[in-house]
Amino acid sequence: MATGSTPLISLKNAGIYRSDRWLVRNVSFDLAQGEILTLIGPNGSGKSTTAKMALGILTPDEGSSNKRNNLKVRYVPQKVSIDWTVPLKVRRLMSLTGRVSKFEADRAMTLTGTLHLANSEVRTLSGGEFQRVLLARAIAFKPDLLVLDEPVQGVDFNGEIEMYELIRKIRDELQCGVLLISHDLHIVMAATDRVICLNGHVCCSGSPMKVAVSPEYKELFGARAASGLALYEHHHDHQHFSNGEIFTENGDNKGVKSSLVHSHNSNDKNHHSIGDQHDG
Amino acid sequence: MMDDFFSRAIIAGVGVALVAGPLGCYIVWRRLAYFGDTLSHAALLGIALALLFQVNITLSVFLVSVFVSLSLLTLQRRVTLSTDALLGLLAHSALAFGMVALSFMSWVRVDLMGFLFGDILAVTPFDIAIIWGGGLVVLIILMIFWRSLFAATVNLELAEAEGMKPEQANVVFMLLMAAVIAISMKIVGVLLITSMLIFPAAIARRFASGPEQMALLSALIGVVAVFGGLFGSLQWDTPAGPSIVVAASTFFIITVLTATFCKVIKSIRFNKGNNY
Repeated sequence: MATGSTPLISLKNAGIYRSDRWLVRNVSFDLAQGEILTLIGPNGSGKSTTAKMALGILTPDEGSSNKRNNLKVRYVPQKVSIDWTVPLKVRRLMSLTGRVSKFEADRAMTLTGTLHLANSEVRTLSGGEFQRVLLARAIAFKPDLLVLDEPVQGVDFNGEIEMYELIRKIRDELQCGVLLISHDLHIVMAATDRVICLNGHVCCSGSPMKVAVSPEYKELFGARAASGLALYEHHHDHQHFSNGEIFTENGDNKGVKSSLVHSHNSNDKNHHSIGDQHDG
Repeated sequence: MMDDFFSRAIIAGVGVALVAGPLGCYIVWRRLAYFGDTLSHAALLGIALALLFQVNITLSVFLVSVFVSLSLLTLQRRVTLSTDALLGLLAHSALAFGMVALSFMSWVRVDLMGFLFGDILAVTPFDIAIIWGGGLVVLIILMIFWRSLFAATVNLELAEAEGMKPEQANVVFMLLMAAVIAISMKIVGVLLITSMLIFPAAIARRFASGPEQMALLSALIGVVAVFGGLFGSLQWDTPAGPSIVVAASTFFIITVLTATFCKVIKSIRFNKGNNY
């Protein structure tokens, strides 16, 4: 990790004030090249707001937010809805904000398993397909900084683990910084270097292991997290239950739950591999 | 049969169609039909002010449209009202101010119908120069800002994060709209400008596979509507401006009917296949 070089982005005591309240306040962090930083916290804890500050979409009302000069950024927002009146195929989407060669676009689509969708109309894609297409678009440009806001929405459970694996692979290959927003610490931790736990302010931060056992994290995520990784599966059951409710637009609560039951074993395996990694 | 005034009308109409088509795509994509309407209402204020201060009408309409667009941008940030309510406020304020201003000028006899429905058969070579010159400038600027404008249309925050300067692109877009309203006002009149922007794009949507194709296609469809409308008006002695819109409207209805017809045929075939 090139921690010694200039950080890609740097927030210092940054905060956003809207409608008589602070959405987030006193957020400070640096993101270095080649680092994966995960922002985690409950709904409304200011994760997306913090990411938008880091990206320069929102200007902090307090503190400061700086980007390295000429930083090549690609952003996958939490929600992109494309108006049906816009005719847009996946291949055209690849070069939405900058020219990308066919070779790079194809490579990115192959990596995310979306090459077969290249000539599909964007609005016909499923939620999971669209997320992967957006990720492909982001990496085709070979950015210095990749910002992913809840990249696993609409992705099923197994797809979720794959997606994080993919994000790590991308980081290793491009050596870019990744700012990841997630609501689920346990799945992301395998790929994450550092975690910042938000709830209107920075509750705790550090390595995933450190955050998972910290009292602030336990307090924030309640009893489920209290026993740390021991209640790993149970924790997931819960997370996904509520997560299912977030995107019930598909009305697919049941599907999420049943896929969970089936994936308990693979779940365990993943858990062990995380442990191994941290021992080594 | 090709009278001189008629070929001038064709050249002017084609010029307007070529510019209105691509810009109209953005009107459709960004759901700004009411914005186009507002600007054309405001054009009447522009006309009134031009008569009052004895300045060029096109210039005056352009300036008033710019003023109204910028007021909208400012109000959107300051006032907690939805955009459509703000547009309604602006449109009718401008229209009413225009009418009141005209009434003060008792010495002015205005051909209001001409401004409302256009007077394409009366275009002068100077008008044509304005339309083609102004139109060319609009198209060139549109091409320069195409990528950022389109990115901002797809997702504003994504465009902002990736350095596309969407706010700047939006201001440019409003200026281009004002310019198109100003130069096409004489052709189709203030009430029908919105249709020149919306109809070709709406028809093109059905056939286009990408944003750029849709822009080109709607320019071409606009040209076809101009030819159809003008020859129709010559044939049946109907007012030229509205005839162009009628031609575009007919075009639209035909494409909708054809699509529906094809669907019905398909489903009949499908059902037959299932039964036997």
